[in-house]
Amino acid sequence: MNHDDFLIVAIIAAAIRAGTPILLATLGEIIAERAGVQNVGLEGMMLAGALSGFATYRALLLHPWFCSASEGNTLWCLLGGVTAAMFCGGLLAFTHAFLAITTRANQVVSGLAITIFGAGVTSFIGKVFVGIPATGFPNAPVPILSAIPVIGPGLFNHNVLVYISYLLVPLIWFYLFRTRAGLHLRSIGENPRAADVMGINVAYSRYCAVVKGGMLCGLAGAYLSLAYTPGWTDQMSGGRGWIAIAIVIFSGWNPLRAAFGAYLFGGISGIQMRIQAAGALVPTNLLLMLPYIFTIVVLIISTRGIMRRIVSPPAALGLPYNREER
Amino acid sequence: MRLRLEKRLDDRWWIKPLVALVSLMLALIAGALVMECASIPYYKAYILMLEGAFGSVYGLSETVVKAIPLMMLSLGIGIAFRMLLWNIGAEGQYCMGAVFSCAVALAFPDFPMAVMIPLMIIAGFLGGALWGAIAGALKAFFDTNEIITTLMMNYVAIYFLEFLVYGPWKDPTGYKFPMTAMLSPSSHFQQFGNTRIHLGIVIALVLMTLFHIILTRTRWGYEIRVAGENREAARYAGINITRNIILVMIISGGIAGLAGTCELAGIQHRLQHGFDLGYGYTAIIIAWLARLNPISTAIVSFFFAGLIVSGDHLQMSLGVGSGIAEMIQGIILFFVLAGELFLNYRLTFRKDRR
Repeated sequence: MNHDDFLIVAIIAAAIRAGTPILLATLGEIIAERAGVQNVGLEGMMLAGALSGFATYRALLLHPWFCSASEGNTLWCLLGGVTAAMFCGGLLAFTHAFLAITTRANQVVSGLAITIFGAGVTSFIGKVFVGIPATGFPNAPVPILSAIPVIGPGLFNHNVLVYISYLLVPLIWFYLFRTRAGLHLRSIGENPRAADVMGINVAYSRYCAVVKGGMLCGLAGAYLSLAYTPGWTDQMSGGRGWIAIAIVIFSGWNPLRAAFGAYLFGGISGIQMRIQAAGALVPTNLLLMLPYIFTIVVLIISTRGIMRRIVSPPAALGLPYNREER
Repeated sequence: MRLRLEKRLDDRWWIKPLVALVSLMLALIAGALVMECASIPYYKAYILMLEGAFGSVYGLSETVVKAIPLMMLSLGIGIAFRMLLWNIGAEGQYCMGAVFSCAVALAFPDFPMAVMIPLMIIAGFLGGALWGAIAGALKAFFDTNEIITTLMMNYVAIYFLEFLVYGPWKDPTGYKFPMTAMLSPSSHFQQFGNTRIHLGIVIALVLMTLFHIILTRTRWGYEIRVAGENREAARYAGINITRNIILVMIISGGIAGLAGTCELAGIQHRLQHGFDLGYGYTAIIIAWLARLNPISTAIVSFFFAGLIVSGDHLQMSLGVGSGIAEMIQGIILFFVLAGELFLNYRLTFRKDRR
């Protein structure tokens, strides 16, 4: 492999690694928003997932059942952590669903409450976990695919969670656009009254969608604390939840475009880190701004002109549904 | 028997305070449950918190000190929320206000106080207004989601502030600490008595009164309210939405910038790493709980400042992680939001007809 190939591989791999948590959260939010519920609490659910995942992993690791730290045992502990993370993400999302659907609260404010609560409760409980090292998910190259030149090591030399995210993208796309259940979900987001008349249980389906979204966000959190940078640090989501919301808009509520957006974003952060490591003339703090400025620019582009027509939000997004009112 | 929600048509005076009180009680109980799970004695924690914030002259004065920026930030956010503009970027606007004021103070250290302080206040307003106006213009002209733009600009502002204190503005005599030199005394706000309560409280109260008058007594305040409640109706009534969006974001950002000026000139007297207090979200909660009413905002700010002071106190005396104040804020907001249902609807029991 020559030097250029090596650089390309490194950038692709970095884009995937940094893009995966954003992608998972974005997919979750797409499901929720397609059902008409906006949840801006991604950041809080991610943090809850990250901490609960890490804490559960630690607890299992220290448990007598798993005491012999063989590789298989560690993997079980990690999976236990992931399960807990998804549970906690789902639990917070359920709270949001209750406020947004049952009590018809303002969805932006309720989502902010999730963010604040998630950030507060994790920094409060998480103090004892700061600085504990962890091994995290090992890299598991996919047997045949990882041998393909350039693309192979870039795309198929990652941990299990990354592969899960690869699978989720087409699966969720298929679910949304090619199945009856997905059609129902979208109809709830576009016109809940019509869906209700058709006999779809609007409130129940919305609950399910929001909770699924929260579970994916929890998974994104677990990816952060158990794979990307194993260990717990306060506020470790670092704005990724908000970036995910921007990418939802950029993607036009489509999982395939969401993957593109998330990896593009991951690539930008990867390049930024590379410039930083190379000791560039630009000060670090200015480089750190790049991903956020990039997000704004992408958002402007994706809500303008021709893009505007392709990507219109679900018509009933953010509006509570009450069958007794018109 | 069946539970039903009915639109509340009557408007009884005791409903609002009752719902607020019950929400608060339930929030405290839920907070106690979380603390119990983290094996922290909640009764001790609550008593310590009450003591810390309101139990001594020092605690009380610190509560007022923290209430100053909170009040300004939430006033600024509140006016944007009135127009249904979700300005989540108060924190960035606050940082930019402080940066602009600091630039004035660093550039003209010899100015007398009578010139310096008005200049800093103007600069602070402009800094925050600039940050708000960018998001406002994007919203007005391109319909870009302002939640995301204001939030992303928070990070940009914080990194910009850090760039300054790590780079060009770093105090050459300050060893390696990322901070500017201490600002000249002519830029310091007057403090009252032996406390750290400073001139900012006067500014905050003036702003509160001004906002109250604008919203209830002026044509422009009326326009904002109409545009917030029904943008289409406002457009048909000939209200210039584009102009109002930008104007409101300028005011909202400018006030947040002023909060930064007050914190700089009143308390910290220099910019440094970690200058921003992370009050952005708290201010959003305050604005919402106060129902965007300027006078209620002042009162709620005072109580939330107490919550922050008591959280710090608890952190020191029990050695628990920070974030307890934030956690309780989140829980309070959950219950208040849920409680809002009972302001608009009432629960009735009804026998099923068969």
